[in-house]
Order: sequence, then C-alpha cells, then structure tokens
Amino acid sequence: MTNKVLVYVDHFKGEALPASWEAIGAARKIAESLGSGVTAVIIGQDVQPLATQAIEYGADDAVVAENPALADFRPEPYADVLSKAAAEADVLLLPTSGRTRELAAMVAVDLETGMAPDVIEIEVDGGLVLATRPIYAGKLLSKVVIKERKPQILTTRSRAFPKPEPDASRSGEITNLEFEVGDVPTEVLGYKEAAGGVSLTDAAVIVSGGRGVSNNPSLTPPDEITDEKDQEIWRAQQGFGLVGDLVGVLNAAMGASRAAVDAGYIPYANQVGQTGKVVSPDLYIANGISGAIQHLAGMRTSKTIVAVNKDPEAPIFRLARFGVVGDLFDVVPALTAAFKERLGK
Amino acid sequence: MNIVVCVKQTPDTAATVTVEDGKISWGDAPLVLNPWDEFAVEEALRLKEAHGGEVTAISLGPEDAKEALKQSLAMGCENAILVSDPSFAGLDSLQVSKVLAAAIEKVGEVDLVFFGRSSVDTDSGITGSQVARRLGWPALSLVAVINSLDPESKRLEVERMLDETRQQVAASFPAVISVVKEINEPRYPSFMGIRKASKAEIPIWSAAELGLEGDLESALTWPDVYAIPKVETECEFIEGETPEEIAAKLVDRLIEEKVV
Ligand SMILES: Cc1cc2nc3c(=O)[nH]c(=O)nc-3n(C[C@H](O)[C@H](O)[C@H](O)COP(=O)(O)OP(=O)(O)OC[C@H]3O[C@@H](n4cnc5c(N)ncnc54)[C@H](O)[C@@H]3O)c2cc1C
Ligand SMILES: Nc1ncnc2c1ncn2[C@@H]1O[C@H](COP(=O)(O)O)[C@@H](O)[C@H]1O
Repeated sequence: MTNKVLVYVDHFKGEALPASWEAIGAARKIAESLGSGVTAVIIGQDVQPLATQAIEYGADDAVVAENPALADFRPEPYADVLSKAAAEADVLLLPTSGRTRELAAMVAVDLETGMAPDVIEIEVDGGLVLATRPIYAGKLLSKVVIKERKPQILTTRSRAFPKPEPDASRSGEITNLEFEVGDVPTEVLGYKEAAGGVSLTDAAVIVSGGRGVSNNPSLTPPDEITDEKDQEIWRAQQGFGLVGDLVGVLNAAMGASRAAVDAGYIPYANQVGQTGKVVSPDLYIANGISGAIQHLAGMRTSKTIVAVNKDPEAPIFRLARFGVVGDLFDVVPALTAAFKERLGK
Repeated sequence: MNIVVCVKQTPDTAATVTVEDGKISWGDAPLVLNPWDEFAVEEALRLKEAHGGEVTAISLGPEDAKEALKQSLAMGCENAILVSDPSFAGLDSLQVSKVLAAAIEKVGEVDLVFFGRSSVDTDSGITGSQVARRLGWPALSLVAVINSLDPESKRLEVERMLDETRQQVAASFPAVISVVKEINEPRYPSFMGIRKASKAEIPIWSAAELGLEGDLESALTWPDVYAIPKVETECEFIEGETPEEIAAKLVDRLIEEKVV
C-alpha cells in the first residue's frame, strides 16, 4: 500500500454510513498537508461497490477485504484485517459509530498506538494531526495529539466534517487484501428488526418531543383505557403523532428527551442527550422540552435551534435561535401545515 | 462464577466543570461512581445472585479515589481492589487497558469482566474493548440484555446495541462485556451495605505488583483543554394572534435565514 492516510469505510450490511464519506473529506485535507494520497479500506462480504463509491467521494484508491466470515460485523476479525492494512499508515480515520469505536480501539492495541474517538476538528501541525474532541458531555473541548506512534487513529463525529460531492468521473485502483480469517470468538445469531426512518446522527433536521407531549388535559382517552399511566401514554402518543407529522413534512428524524423515554412514550433509540445520542443537525426543533443540561449535551451543536414551550422561562430558550411560547398541541400542527404549504408538499 | 467489574471514579454529571490555566476543576462537587458503571455493577451482581460466585470491583486511580469502590461494595460486591501507582497518573486508555488487563490476570480464573459504556469525564468508551483485545477474550460491547447464560457450558447469548439495530451474539467465557443503560435498573446501596463498605479495607495493587514497572507511556498528549466558547444566541420570540400566524412567521424566518 502506498498511501499514508487510510479511511475505514463503516457500513451496516453493505450500506455505508454517510459519515464514512465525511471522513474521506477530512482525510483528503490531512493527506494534502502530508503530501500523500488517501486509501479507503473496506471490510465485509459483497462490499466491492463501496470501493467504487469511496473513490467517487475522494479516495485515491481502495483496498477490499472480503470473506464470508466477515459478512456480519464482529470486532475481532475486522480488527485483525484492519490492523494488517493499517500497519504502515501514518493516519487512520474512521467515522464514529458503535462499531468503529471498538474497532479503532482494538487496532490501537494491536499496533500499540493512540486512538482519539469522536473528533470534531482536525488540523495538521508539523506532520502530526492535532484533533479537537468534546469531553465532559460536551462542556469542554480537548486538543489531542498522538505523538511518536503510528498510525494516529481518530474517529470523526457524524456531521462534524462536510460531506464531499461525489464525482463519478474519478477512478482509482481497487485491490483485494490478502488475509486469513482465524477463529472468530463470537457467533452472530441474528438481528432485531431494524428501525426504519432517518437516522438521528445523520439527520439534517431533527424534531424532538419531551415530557410536554403528554400534557393535553383536553384530550379524552377512549373509555377502555382506565389506568392513569396508560392514559398519560395515550396522550403522549397523540402528541408524538403531531410531532411525527412535522417529522414527515421535513424529512426529519424524531428525537426525544430522557423524560419522554423514561415515561415510556417513545423508545430509547430516539433519546438525545448525554445518555442518548449526540446530534448536530442543521435544524433542531424542541417541543415540550425544558432544556436540562443533560439534554443540551446532546444537541447544543445544532446549527439552528427552535423551541416550542409553554413556559417563557424554560432554559431551552437560552440556547434557541427562535422561540415560540405556546402549547405544542396548537403550534406543532400549525407548523406542519405552514411547512407543507411553503415547501410545496 | 468469578466476576470482575471495572469501575471508574468521576465527577458528578451535574457538576459545573470549569477550566483554569489548562486545569479542569469541578469545584466542591462530589466524585462518584461513573454513572455508566452502576449498570455494570448491577448486572454483575444479578449474575452472581442467579448463579453463585463473587464479584470483585477494580478501579485504577489515585489513592484517595476509593469512593467508586466503596459504592460498589455498598451495592453488594464481595471484594474491591484499588490499582494505584504514581506512574499511573494521567495514562491514556492504551495504557489503562494494559494495567487493568494485568490486574484481571492477577485476580485469576475470571469468567466475566464487566465495563460501563464510557467514562462521563473523557467520553471515550474504548477501555473495555482494549482490555478484551489484550486478554484475547471475546468482546461483547454495548450489551442491552443477556438473554441466556449457562455456567456449565460457559456459554452466553446477548443482544448488542448497534447504531442501526440490535445484534444477537453468542460467545463463551471468559469474556468481556460492556453494558448500556437498557440492561437494568441499578439498585441503591442498602444501609447494611453502606456500613460494611465504610469499614472495608481496600487493598492497593501497585505497578510493581502487576509487573508493569517502567513499562507505561501514553500514546496521547493533551496540549490544551478549554470550555466551549459561549455562543451568544439571542432568542427571537415569534408572536402572533393565532398558532397559524405564528407558524407562518416562523417558517418565513427559517426560509429567510436559509435554515430550510
Ligand atoms: C445522569 C443523567 C443523565 C441524563 N441524560 C439525559 C439525556 O441523555 N437526555 C435528556 O433529555 N435528559 C437526560 N437527563 C434528564 C434531564 O436532567 C431532564 O430530566 C430531562 O431532559 C427532562 O426532560 P423534558 O425536558 O422532556 O421534561 P421536563 O423537564 O419536565 O420539561 C417539560 C417541558 O415541557 C413544557 N410543556 C409542558 N406541556 C407543554 C405543552 N402542552 N406545550 C408546550 N410545552 C409544554 C414545560 O414547560 C417544560 O419546560 C439525564 C439526567 C441525569 C441525572
Ligand atoms: N481508571 C479506570 N479504572 C477502572 N475501570 C475503568 C477506568 N477507566 C475506564 N474504566 C472502565 O472502562 C469503561 C469505559 O471507559 P472509557 O474508555 O474511559 O470511556 C468505564 O465505564 C469503566 O468500566
């Protein structure tokens, strides 16, 4: 392998995460400063198309490691392959995901080098990558340098780096990596049904609901729902129904506060915040969310924040660019209608 | 079952964290058991209660960093070990994982090692995977439920959280497991537990005892740390007679500002 800057293309069952292409964009900048090219590394089974895509997004060439034993992601065999591919590299970038955090961590052990997860900014200084990453739930930023060891391993946070425009006229060499798969210590039995819709971390627009979505005393639950808790959940479902309509019009992803998750209104997969997902969409619309510090930890880097809340003193308004003081049960449907009209949907 | 749980002591998440001259401070806020590690301790205790055995909590930190271990003892762990040495100060996870792996090997005959999802101070989430790699044991990360576990055949089946969905995985012991908060509801320490923990003598293992003298150099350096620049957002409140009027104005403003 010739290039000193490598990008691992993370994918789920052959479909690349958009953040993989963002990582290629970030890698190009590093490669330019180092006077090198960018090689994409793709591991899995039936993943050749990703190599072509990676080149269109800016990789100079690609290395593919395919084997039936790699059809499902398992960190151990993937790390074996990636450590082999990256042994001579100066820099290895991966888009941040649950998989790559682990994969990068293991490669760092194999190659006795450093690894910085969830990086949001990169500079190159004297041949070394100077990365910035949030710590303390995003309250602080830390600069990180991996000194005197190679490769410097970093995972880049989704949407922190611009996604390059793909260029179908680009071409580059695609080679197959020679490797053997040893014993894999785990067996994949299956998957739970995947949740459809736009992924929170990749979404350009997120519409979220908090505890406020259940707060509409004028809604009367059907007679057969007598339990008070069930009535509350029924109300919340009506509220999230309205939020969902707005999600639909904006082709957005649905977010939630922990209070809404803990109360059983919506699954944990939708939770935004310190103990949920960290997101940074172009537009974040918070409905019936007070703006607790732990919620802000997950969405404060959103470009534009809109808050809808009954309480003019709600802390969320201190972070919001636009605010509406009002009842979300009135405001959200009106917003859906207004967007529908203006966006011609 | 011989179970180890690795716990870290961290500042309370509600603490106001500040930086002065490159030093991070959390004022008088208490140091606590890393919130994610409570789920790891709880799951270790539940397995012990179901299958018998002991749980040993291990923490790497300075000598006065015993609060996390006391909390683990108070919740019901049998043993606690502080892994501590002047040469361990400020290590990165590459080296922390080396020390923890050595401590786990010194405990000996361990079936399962539990980790939290990540530390709430460094937000890294990598130490568990690195320890697994060093030990050469299967890494079962971000586990949301243990579906089955058989101490006889030493086999377990778990569900891991991927970003897209849950992956169901089988492996055998010894293994490393990191857990997410779906897995359980951590218990509060009992009054008796707290009393027992407050009297416990916690042994300290040094670098020499782990055979790691002069062997540890971090790969990472942290040249700077600073508070996030305060963004002065003046909230523009949108007002109107009716929700429809407000909504129309808001959408106009978002289009004007090229947000949508
Ligand atoms: C260790 C730890 C980790 C945590 N992690 C997270 C996390 O990851 N994510 C997270 O979100 N939280 C997290 N929390 C919880 C957090 O502290 C708050 O409790 C939570 O965010 C509150 O959710 P909420 O804003 O929906 O509810 P509340 O604080 O109850 O706010 C509800 C808001 O809705 C408004 N409202 C009510 N009815 C209406 C209506 N009809 N129309 C309009 N507005 C209405 C109210 O004025 C209020 O402002 C964590 C807490 C701890 C201790
Ligand atoms: N100093 C430490 N001592 C014991 N366990 C630790 C330590 N640091 C991290 N861990 C464990 O590793 C997990 C992940 O931590 P981290 O990689 O630092 O985010 C934590 O939830 C703990 O279970």
